[in-house]
Amino acid sequence: MLAEALFFSAVLFTIGVFGVLIRRNAIIVFMCVELMLNAVNLTFVAFAQSYGAAGQVFVFFVMTVAAAEAAVGLAIIIALFRHRQTVNLQNINLLKG
Amino acid sequence: MQAAVVAPGMPHGTLPLLYTFHFYLFGFIAIISALLFVTRKSPVAAALWLVNTMFCLAALYVMLDAQFIGAIQVLVYAGAIMVVFLFVIMLLNLGQAGTISDARGLGWKLTAGAVSVVMLAQIFALTRAKTPINLTLPQGFAARQVEQTGAIAPVAGPLFNEYLLAFEVTSVLLLAAVVGAVILGKQRGDEHAR
Repeated sequence: MLAEALFFSAVLFTIGVFGVLIRRNAIIVFMCVELMLNAVNLTFVAFAQSYGAAGQVFVFFVMTVAAAEAAVGLAIIIALFRHRQTVNLQNINLLKG
Repeated sequence: MQAAVVAPGMPHGTLPLLYTFHFYLFGFIAIISALLFVTRKSPVAAALWLVNTMFCLAALYVMLDAQFIGAIQVLVYAGAIMVVFLFVIMLLNLGQAGTISDARGLGWKLTAGAVSVVMLAQIFALTRAKTPINLTLPQGFAARQVEQTGAIAPVAGPLFNEYLLAFEVTSVLLLAAVVGAVILGKQRGDEHAR
């Protein structure tokens, strides 16, 4: 099942990248990043089946980092919304050159 | 899980048909849900489709002999993280679709499609890479390990031996994230309110 799992993982990761590129809503872009992390997790689990359970430990760490990232990222989005009254990425161009 | 227990010891070609069917079923439901998630206008609908994707991924984890990770996926990802997302969507009152035009223009979409196709091709090329055969565990090793020691021991062993330092550092990361989230979320201009 390794090849099939890698196929699903690749497709899900690409959908995540596509979503990051085409959406302007900061929260949805953020959820697309979570989808990409999930796709990577699927790869880890698939390889863990044939190469040892250390891959599952890495999934554990990825999930922890994702939880921390979600907490900080959503706090940033709330702060931005309070400041600008929008989460549309087109209106958030403070760092644009 | 029933099918996964039947699987060990068999050569790859003779996995039970039901197992293969369910693997493809959950995989394609995950992909379809992900596509719907990316294309929904309403953030709440998008979040719920993403939850569906995560549930399907949990099913795939269970079928790949990672039952503990499957449970954690449901609890942490579909349960905790996505609830936080929904919470923020409702807190910011973004539930209605179409109040802001969300999707980018046609040029962006074409570029994104091209980038996606190229990236998919690259990843497929990578998955065809040959790995040394002497690193591979015997067929059905993971399922036998789960049968003998339970679903948690194969994860807990490396986690608390080889990766103990990383595990401890993770707690510092979480603490830093909590402190950062509290400081960022703190109401500015408290003295103004007083």
